[in-house]
Amino acid sequence: MKPNDVILHSVTKVAVVIILTFSIYLFYGGHHNPGGGFIGGLSVASGLVLLYLAFDIETVRNNIPVDFKIVAAVGVLIAVLTGVSSLFIGKPFLNQAFGYFDLPIFGKTELATAVLFDVGVALAVIGTAVTIILSISEDG
Amino acid sequence: MNNLVILPIIIPLIAGLIMILIRKKILVQRIIGIFTIIVMGMVSISLMNQIKENGIQSLQAGGWEAPFGISIVADMFSAILLLTTSIVALFCFIYSFSTIGREREAHYFYPLFLFLITGVNGSFLTGDLFNLFVCFEVMLISSYVLISLGGTKLQLRESIKYILINVISSSLFLLAIAYLYAITGTLNLAHLSLRVAEVGQDGLLTTVSLLFLIVFGMKAALFLFFWLPGSYSAPPTAVAAIFAALLTKVGIYAIFRLFTLVFYHEPQITHLLIGILGAITMLLGAIGAVAYWDIKKILTYNVIVGVGFIIIGLASFTSMGMMGSIYYLIHDIIIKALIFLLGGTIIHITGTSKLKDMSGLIRNHPYLGWMFFIAALSLSGIPPLSGLLGKIFITRGTFEAELYWLGAIGLMTSLMVLYSIMKIFMNGFWGETYLSKEMEKGSMTKSMTLAIGCLTAMTIALGLGAEGIQVYVQHATDSMMNPHEYLEAVLGKNPIR
Amino acid sequence: METSMSILIGVLFTIGTYLILTKSLLRIILGTSIISHGVNLLILTMGGLKKGGPPLLGESSTTFTDSLPQALILTAIVINFAVTALFLVLSYRTYKTLGTDDMDQLRGIEDE
Repeated sequence: MKPNDVILHSVTKVAVVIILTFSIYLFYGGHHNPGGGFIGGLSVASGLVLLYLAFDIETVRNNIPVDFKIVAAVGVLIAVLTGVSSLFIGKPFLNQAFGYFDLPIFGKTELATAVLFDVGVALAVIGTAVTIILSISEDG
Repeated sequence: MNNLVILPIIIPLIAGLIMILIRKKILVQRIIGIFTIIVMGMVSISLMNQIKENGIQSLQAGGWEAPFGISIVADMFSAILLLTTSIVALFCFIYSFSTIGREREAHYFYPLFLFLITGVNGSFLTGDLFNLFVCFEVMLISSYVLISLGGTKLQLRESIKYILINVISSSLFLLAIAYLYAITGTLNLAHLSLRVAEVGQDGLLTTVSLLFLIVFGMKAALFLFFWLPGSYSAPPTAVAAIFAALLTKVGIYAIFRLFTLVFYHEPQITHLLIGILGAITMLLGAIGAVAYWDIKKILTYNVIVGVGFIIIGLASFTSMGMMGSIYYLIHDIIIKALIFLLGGTIIHITGTSKLKDMSGLIRNHPYLGWMFFIAALSLSGIPPLSGLLGKIFITRGTFEAELYWLGAIGLMTSLMVLYSIMKIFMNGFWGETYLSKEMEKGSMTKSMTLAIGCLTAMTIALGLGAEGIQVYVQHATDSMMNPHEYLEAVLGKNPIR
Repeated sequence: METSMSILIGVLFTIGTYLILTKSLLRIILGTSIISHGVNLLILTMGGLKKGGPPLLGESSTTFTDSLPQALILTAIVINFAVTALFLVLSYRTYKTLGTDDMDQLRGIEDE
């Protein structure tokens, strides 16, 4: 008999949205405050794992048709390539730059190249964490 | 600042990541792999020449000045090892084409191979103790997967032990780093050297240095080698060859780096202990190699003997001994890869690793037989092959340091090595041929012959052309015996204390 | 504070060592995990347990704690996480293939 998990499903649908939003906040907060790519990525992964727990793996896989190993590889690739890009302008590897810009809606905003690196870290963490949990849970 | 220094780390990393993205296209992966390793070799050659011209090259990652940032440093010793690594990696990579199997290729064998090389190169280049730990882990995690990839019963059983040993020794590594940080307040190797030289190497620091010796000894199979014979005989030939050639050598490199750059003030304690451990390692390894009648076991025990022999050059702590160690290290990386590939090929052909079940292979495989003969002579240091020069210099180094017993044990184990390896030759290749071509379990393919042939040519060339690399080895020895050059390259002329 | 931390680290190491010396594979993995927690605490203690604000630009405090041990621990935790996960998957695979998690039976004498 299929277990009745209406409550779990309804709570998950709301909770995942909150978790994902919070993880975006964590990700951007990481420049000067606690947070950053690693923690942001981990909380995204925890949201995804909640989805996997509430619905079964097949359903989630049909709705998010992403191979998380590829996500991890792309993430590391982005992180390394942002480091490599400074080689072309004759700066040391992993060099970074930041500046203040006036943007239409946000006003005066600080933009930093470190964010690109952090995007890579976040993707790598999401990819790795979900891959690990999926490969443990799959009865292979 | 020189960005060339970082390239040997990031080139294989990026190539490996791209390979993951094109998982299905095996042929493209192979081409990318060969191309990557060749580029790596060319970068190391150009690094060697730059170091010869302008001294030690360094890079402060992200422009954070040492000792605050992470330094990547290439001196001649690491550049030589980088070049040797790329040569060996190239041929093991080629050898794996026809032997590794579709199943492993589809499960990211080639990317993992390149990640392993990333970790090895990173360990050779890093100028920071914690970064050394990270590079070690990159290398080890790739090796965990490579050793268990395929999932046969033997592999699973051995990889469990291999991982357990390495996880514990990594914890000990962190422990040693923590103590060292508490005492000196820095982890940059150059800065450490400066601070240790200033306050003097007291008992506490010496104890910490011995903790490092235990950790690296575990990784290099120096005395703590009990895990090695089992683990190295489990994975397929190409993987076992690259493990035997590189993994223990990274541990040896770390011992050399620490005990010539940082903890060189109390040689009567640390270096003597290293010598004793080296002697015990050689003796036990040689006894193992002589005792077994199984090709895989004989070869793995020979790895252990090699480790002991390289280490006693450091124990002598003379320029002569150091130079011998560097020569022998280059030779050992190449010859261990070659001999493992040869042994693996014999097992591939006969389908067994028991010496008593094989005989007379030379009738059907003359080239294989003679290449094995050359490799065997080279392994035990018969002139004019590549092992000779290293042996002579190391032995002279130990005599200069008046450690006669150490040199004597080294020479004695060389004889035992010769006996153990000739045992394989006599039993496997000589004698009556009762395995006809049709009865053989596998055949030699072109890529296998190419890889083995090229490595054999390398060991001959290294023996005959030893004069040619003399300048580089001399340069490496000089900069290892004078840590000031390293300090100046990393910290600048007027370092922050 | 340092004294009680040292005692705690010692206790963690004791438990870890005991668990590693048992025969069950799962306990061994837990043991390695506990030891690495002990090591992380040791790094923290060795860096000095000072009072001060977190080393972040967003916090407007004047004294900062040493950030290096924290960076080291973060890295060590990540590596330990990956290795433990791999170890768990592999031991599960071993258990399924070989049908045992007893280290005595994983010795591998039979093929010598």
